[in-house]
Amino acid sequence: MKRTIIAALAALTIGGAAQADTIKIGVIGPFSGPFALQGKNFKAGIDAYMALNGSKVGDDDIEVIYRDVPQPDPAQSKALAQELVVKEGVQYLAGFYFTPDAMAVTPLLEQANVPLVIMNAATSAIVTKSPLVVRTSFTLWQTSTPIAKVAKDAGVSKVISVVSDYGPGVDAENAFKTGFEAAGGQIVEAIRMPLATNDFSPIMQRIKDSGAEGVFAFLPSGPTTLGFVKAFNENGLKDAGIKFFAPGDLTQESDLPALGDAALGIQTTFHYAVSHDSPENKTFVEAAGKAIGNPAELSFPSVGAYDGMHVVYKMIEATGGEQDAQKAVDAVKGLAWTSPRGPVSIDPESRHITQNIYLREVTKAEDGSYYNKEITTFEKQGDPGLAALK
Amino acid sequence: MQTVFSIAVDALAYGMVLFVISIGLSVTMGLMRVVNLAHGAFAMIGGYIASYAARDLGLGYGLAVLLAVFGTIVIAVPIERLLYRRIYGAPELTQVLMTIGITFCIIGIANYAFGPTLKTIPLPPGLEGSVDLGFRSIATHRIFAILCGLSVAAALWYLIERTGFGVKLRAAVDDAAMAAALGVRTEIVYAVSFAVAVGLAALGGVVGAELLPVEPYYALRYMVTFLVVVSVGGAGSISGALIACLLLGGIDTAGRYLVPEFGEFFFYLAVIAIVCVFPRGLAGRIR
Repeated sequence: MKRTIIAALAALTIGGAAQADTIKIGVIGPFSGPFALQGKNFKAGIDAYMALNGSKVGDDDIEVIYRDVPQPDPAQSKALAQELVVKEGVQYLAGFYFTPDAMAVTPLLEQANVPLVIMNAATSAIVTKSPLVVRTSFTLWQTSTPIAKVAKDAGVSKVISVVSDYGPGVDAENAFKTGFEAAGGQIVEAIRMPLATNDFSPIMQRIKDSGAEGVFAFLPSGPTTLGFVKAFNENGLKDAGIKFFAPGDLTQESDLPALGDAALGIQTTFHYAVSHDSPENKTFVEAAGKAIGNPAELSFPSVGAYDGMHVVYKMIEATGGEQDAQKAVDAVKGLAWTSPRGPVSIDPESRHITQNIYLREVTKAEDGSYYNKEITTFEKQGDPGLAALK
Repeated sequence: MQTVFSIAVDALAYGMVLFVISIGLSVTMGLMRVVNLAHGAFAMIGGYIASYAARDLGLGYGLAVLLAVFGTIVIAVPIERLLYRRIYGAPELTQVLMTIGITFCIIGIANYAFGPTLKTIPLPPGLEGSVDLGFRSIATHRIFAILCGLSVAAALWYLIERTGFGVKLRAAVDDAAMAAALGVRTEIVYAVSFAVAVGLAALGGVVGAELLPVEPYYALRYMVTFLVVVSVGGAGSISGALIACLLLGGIDTAGRYLVPEFGEFFFYLAVIAIVCVFPRGLAGRIR
């Protein structure tokens, strides 16, 4: 008798699973600590997507489970991913702000039969580590290559490159160098600064002494950016007519109120500006602003997360809720849609996002706030970094 | 030659900012014998108050600085009475655990109340822009920071070495029981010196905000640098801290100008060398 009941129960549960199920998505990101703002943006993007598109795909309920990795920590990231897969039974992994964290998880994917949708980590190589990785953010190669052309077109032929000494910084340096030298420019000097630099005056002096007409800079967004831009102005480099070029990390929207007038006129290239003028973005900013609480905190990771959710939803649709990682990834290869940042598609070969890169300039709005004003569009940019890897 | 001058000017400015923030920690660690890891948190509170007063309430810079210093003291005095009083003379581990706990609480509260974004303290027109020194230009607020550092050093030296309060403080530090027996109200002496140390932290947080921007993780981000200054200078010594700041500022600045690829190698190499030769710091008091 007892055995029959158990068998009946088991049959019921299995039968239930095929019809309406709860599909779990595990999101790993920095939700506390110094990078909490970026994690908050992940959550805002995801919440916005679910608010606009519902929390159901077909008959299946979608549940997002968050795990916190406050600082780059590959070991912890891997452990949490394992926990999500084994204990929580997630069918999809997503998130990841830092490259090392994402890299640590790629070896698990095949055995776990779980696709990984990267919502931020921006080093080119990640997508090559496993065929189950899809990325909806950007790479530094992708955002830094167009600015080289901008610099050359602005009549600058000698540039000094100054980057923070870590993976993405080195990527940015190489991307700019490749692009700028191809355009016929010359890099007079390449400086790599320690990540923990507080006082940038000596660096500014060096830029001045190098005789360059322009500077290409990359630092991770946050407190150091402010110090760098202020030092650039205060040491008289702006007045000396030295031009400032950078990828958009330096002028992310949530840092702009603090940068203020110091940032005016800085030109950056990036894949997303909160001010982007399109109906899709208007809807997105409204929903994400509501989700994050304070719209001034909205920044680029939110759009990576929003599009990441779009990709996951399409994967669930294609697999009908069954766990089949390869089928899910195959289904989104070549997928094209209109994102809040503009038209985008998933490159079938690299599984990285192809998107427009915009040249923007920090501008003061009529109400006294600052925003990144889009000037030029570089259409359908792939990731040049993958070509450089080969 | 111009390079040498240029580095010297930057080193002086950076060293002085370090000095203003770290000297309060030197006072708590050297004179009150408390390993106060919450020092950075108090500097951060000062920064937040000044930012709120100057940016959101539109008060003047001078008023914002005063509000920051006294506001931080008002917040810190109850903490001293309720918590710090219990750890005077306790083993270092107890002190470290409690003060780091306070730091995390303050980070959490700051993050909740003010959000995770950077906060700036708008400078008055007189401190904005830069001054031409002939061979290069330097930001005006750095000259202000240098002057602040020098006046803080002079005022502290006078307070500790030349006033009746300084005598009582030094007596209470050397032998609290004996000082109390002689009629010194040691708990008041401690409370006042704690308030002074916290006020200095707040002042440093405000004056240094252009170099070390105010955000919730400020409290931990720069704590290592402050501790290094105190251990190299010798806890409790004003001249020691001053020399340490100028020396470390100089090494750090020169290293960053000449060989940025080495990162903070020379900074920490110098720290290791100095601490090996002078285990109690450049001017450490012998206990």
